[in-house]
Order: sequence, then C-alpha cells, then structure tokens
Amino acid sequence: MTSQVPDLWPPSAQEVVFLLLGVVALGSALLVVTTRQLVHAALWLVVCFGALAGGYLVLTAEFVAWVQVLIYVGAIVVLLLFGIMLTRAPIGRSAGLDSGNRVTAATVAVGTAAVLVTVVVQGFATAYTPLEPGGGAAATLGASIFRSWVLPFEALSVLLLAALIGAIVLSRTDIRPANPAADAGGPAAPTTPPHPPDPAPPPADGSGATAGETGSGRVSRDGG
Amino acid sequence: MNGYFSSYLTVAVLLAIGLAVVSGALLVNRLLRPHRPTPEKLLTYECGVDPVGEGWAQSQVRYYVFTYLYVVFAVDAVFLFPWATIFAAPGFGVATLVEMFVFLAFIALGILYAWRKRVLTWT
Repeated sequence: MTSQVPDLWPPSAQEVVFLLLGVVALGSALLVVTTRQLVHAALWLVVCFGALAGGYLVLTAEFVAWVQVLIYVGAIVVLLLFGIMLTRAPIGRSAGLDSGNRVTAATVAVGTAAVLVTVVVQGFATAYTPLEPGGGAAATLGASIFRSWVLPFEALSVLLLAALIGAIVLSRTDIRPANPAADAGGPAAPTTPPHPPDPAPPPADGSGATAGETGSGRVSRDGG
Repeated sequence: MNGYFSSYLTVAVLLAIGLAVVSGALLVNRLLRPHRPTPEKLLTYECGVDPVGEGWAQSQVRYYVFTYLYVVFAVDAVFLFPWATIFAAPGFGVATLVEMFVFLAFIALGILYAWRKRVLTWT
C-alpha cells in the first residue's frame, strides 16, 4: 500500500473494463431481485458472479477469480437451484414474490450500502497498491494462508463440518416427527405433483407417507 | 503487467470465438429453416408419449445432501491448490503438511457421519 496518487485521467483500459464489469454486476444483481421468475433470478446470479470474477481478474487476483467461478458459479448456484426445486416454489412467473417488507428491506439495504461505501472510502481513499502479475496467484495466497491465517483456515473446516452435519440432519427422511399425523395430514399434502419423478421407495419404517410427502416434510411450506 | 493482460486477452478472445460459433450456428439455423409451428409440434417431447401434467415437480430433499457435499469438496479443493503449490517450498515444514491433514480430517468426520447415518447409500 502506498499513498502516492496515480493518474486517474485518462482512464486506462483496465479501469474501463473494471467499470464495465461493475455495471454488469450491479445490473444483473438488480435483475436478481426484480425478476418475476425464481429460476431466472438464479441464472442472473450467475452473470453477477461472473462479472465479479472478471473484476477480480482485472485486479490481478487470478486465484480468487477462479475460486469465484468454481465455488459461486459452480457450486452455490447449483445449491440455490436445488433449493428452488426442493421447495414448492412455482417455476414460471409468480406474482407473489414481493414481500410486504419492501420498504423496510430497501431502507436497510440502502443504509448498509451507505455504511459500507463510507467505510471503504474513508479507510482506503488514499491507499493505492500497484497491481503486479502473480500478486494474486495460488502460491502467494497459499503462503499467506499457511504463514499468517492458519487458525481461520482450520476453523473453516469446523464450520464446513457443522454445516454438513446440519444438512444431513435436516434432510434425513428416516427421522419421524413426534406427531406423525400432524405432519402427514397437513394442508399442503393434496397439492403433491401428479407424478413425482422420484424413484425412491417410501421409507423403510413403512409409515405410509409417499415419497413426495417425506421430501416436503422437512422444507418450508410457505413457498407457494 | 502487459503479459498478464494479454494472456487473459487470449482467454477472452477464445471465449468470444466460442460464443460466436454457437450463436452463429443457431442464428444461421433460424434463418434457413422453415418455421410452420402447429400446436402438436409445440408440445413437449416426452419419449413420443403425450406429456402428462406439468413439467414442474418437487424434488426430494435427499438430493440436497449430495449438492452440499459437492460444495464442501469444492471448498476443500480450493484450499488444496494453494497448499499444493507451497507446502514443499523452503520455509514451510512438516507443520504445513499436518495443518492440511487436520483440515481434511475435520471434513472426513462429516463424510464418516454421513456414511454412518446411511445418507450415502441409495435405498
């Protein structure tokens, strides 16, 4: 970090590309929250994450950029799409996507953005760092992680373990609720899709619930 | 600095060429083909049988664990790459090697749990 002010005008090609990527990221992020189709929201999120990855690339943070592609575009979006498929969310256009808390949510979002922008501008407005090729390569990052940040790295494994066990517990279909009648006879049961494509047989304890019902018993009912 | 950006310019040009080939093929197809849709032609093709019901069905929650396992292993791999580039470098000893295996052991505990709870078997 240096505080030597570089020439900001005329903007270099990298700066122009970076700004354009920022516009793409912002625009697709807005589409994520305004589109009426949930699946399209997930796909716009791909564009948003891709633009972010491009931004990292322009800043020579190569490794972070490809991690962004691998984890966010590759894994997180798949997880979100599965989340959509698991709930009873409608797949086409849906009118009821707008929450009643729009004003509150917008206020909180604008407030958070204002705080973040203020902090970044106040803290880093006069801090410049030269971009060097290889500065964000895997070796540099690895040296940083295994020299200075070993404890957060190990703590991350515990976090992943906890989330994995949580996902397993939530998705296990062989744990029955204490009162099975309340779960199986709920108001949402008759709207089970006409032909569930799931080849899985009913659970081994033979409680009579169909595959569709056991699948939906663990997830939110307020999707549609 | 210019070497870095010109190497990624090659990637961008390759990406653009790929997009141009695919979209160009689709566009030429659209320009050349006859377009006479009938309601029967616009039906969803379902192995030659008339489609029944909607295309939308709720999938079962057990698939979520497999997706999440993929996320865990993607995060895992992301940390293996920088580790693999430096663990044999001077200045990093056995401790770095052990640190990664501690990380892997914690995640392996999760796999062990999934296996013991018979999540991984398809009943």
